[in-house]
Amino acid sequence: MTASLPLASFTGAFEFIFTPQESNVTGGKKVGGLDKSLELLVKHLEVTVLALAIALVVALPLGLYLGHKGKGEQFAVGLGNAGRAIPELAVIALVAVLIGVGLQNVAPVLAILGVPPILNNAYVGVRQVDRATVDAARGMGMSEAAIIRRVELPIALPTVMGGVRSAAIAILATATIAPLAGVETLGDFILNRNVYGENGLLAGAILVALLALTIEGLLALLQRRLTSDGLKLKTV
Amino acid sequence: MRTDQTRVRVLLAALAALALTLGIAACGSDSDSSSTGGEEGGASGAAIQSNPENGKVSLTIGSKNFPEQEILGEIYAQALTAAGYKVKSALNLGSETVALKAVKTGQISGYPEYASTALTSFFGLEPEEVPSDANEAWEKANAEFEKEGLQAFEPTPFASANAVGTTTATAKKYGLKTVSDLEGVSEKLSLYGSPECRQRIDCLAGLEKLYGLKFKSFTPVDIGLRYTVLEKGQADLSILFTTDPQLSAEKDKYVILEDDKEVFPAGNVIFVTKQSVAEEAGPDYEKTILQVQEGLDLKVVQELDARVELEKETPKQAAKAYLESAGYIK
Repeated sequence: MTASLPLASFTGAFEFIFTPQESNVTGGKKVGGLDKSLELLVKHLEVTVLALAIALVVALPLGLYLGHKGKGEQFAVGLGNAGRAIPELAVIALVAVLIGVGLQNVAPVLAILGVPPILNNAYVGVRQVDRATVDAARGMGMSEAAIIRRVELPIALPTVMGGVRSAAIAILATATIAPLAGVETLGDFILNRNVYGENGLLAGAILVALLALTIEGLLALLQRRLTSDGLKLKTV
Repeated sequence: MRTDQTRVRVLLAALAALALTLGIAACGSDSDSSSTGGEEGGASGAAIQSNPENGKVSLTIGSKNFPEQEILGEIYAQALTAAGYKVKSALNLGSETVALKAVKTGQISGYPEYASTALTSFFGLEPEEVPSDANEAWEKANAEFEKEGLQAFEPTPFASANAVGTTTATAKKYGLKTVSDLEGVSEKLSLYGSPECRQRIDCLAGLEKLYGLKFKSFTPVDIGLRYTVLEKGQADLSILFTTDPQLSAEKDKYVILEDDKEVFPAGNVIFVTKQSVAEEAGPDYEKTILQVQEGLDLKVVQELDARVELEKETPKQAAKAYLESAGYIK
């Protein structure tokens, strides 16, 4: 029966993640806990992977092609920068009027966030490849497609992957707004302070941060595996 | 190459400037745009007198993050300015938890809250324990607030509540008039509501527990989309507000189901402030707030909501139109 608002604590947040807690507004039902946390975490990951996949399909071929041709720098860089300035929440509301809410709304809108870094880095990465190397490949009779696939992409890979990693983190962080458009991600804990309290809010933030670190680590590992041995920095 | 970059930069600078201008226009549009005058209600109050004494007092008026709240915040802020106070506004604060905290820490002087929300959300009452009489609810809430060094002014004439809404077509198809009519059909129907609705006892949790209903699905959406999802045919049922202008403007399109078991307590608005702030601000603070809210009956509030939600006026413009047409300010 008090209006006191206890400050969040890390212990409280971790308790919230693992065991359901009391809430003021639920009529006695407990909220949070491991089952709910995992459910939201899985959904969060699902949305992120889907949005990243869309961004990759759209931006990667385009960036590689433009980089290979050496054309459209203005387009690649300009679109990239403009893309970062788009307010995702406004787009979600706009898209809701056109196609409604749900995964079909949230995933493409979040993908917009992933396009700029992937496009930019793919373009820049390929542009940076030594022209002499490309000419040599051409001289050996490689087709243009083969040059992109077998020469430029492997050499540009660290830069390209850098873009993918930025995109993944941007999408993952912004997927917290998805509960406003019908998809319950970890943002549920963060947006609904009335229900989950300060500890729930902090719990949501911690889970998103941990997820981001994990994804970043996995992608870094993938990058190492994919990078050609000849390109790796020698440690000796 | 060089010129390309310069061009891109110029373009981006222009875009940024444009965005800024739009941003300012969106939250600004200051008092010079007079005479958006409307014909609300017959309530004609006496004009607010400016008291030079009040110039020494700075107030910050807050509100939660949806249009009706912002309009109320603006009405109070503009009225207090007319009374001579130095007033800032901090509208769009988010949920009630955030707003109450801002009052307690002194970041805002006060904000409008629904008495029902205060009782259920801050003081742990079950929805069915909320008095249906406005004064009784206010007294109960005020008694609790006073224990915390806070104070709530007397309630507004209008009350607002959540409601289960649907299209007239759906209501007809399943013969729905009350929420109880959903028994047996709710399993076939999808319900949309704000993200926190799922867990709240005065929302989905209450519909499940007190009506014993089970829905095909519950989907969380931003409050601003509550009619969009019905219109798109995605939602069979959507959580609406009884003060929504759409309910009178599009009477043949949307209906709300009568809450026959009283899961959604109606709340009149009470202005919540700190006792110390009220003392410092002097008698004109409470007097002005009570004076300007006298004209706020359901019809007036629906019309004010309509100005903002349907006609896309800013809350500032709508509030000004109300205060002028009622004669509180000139």
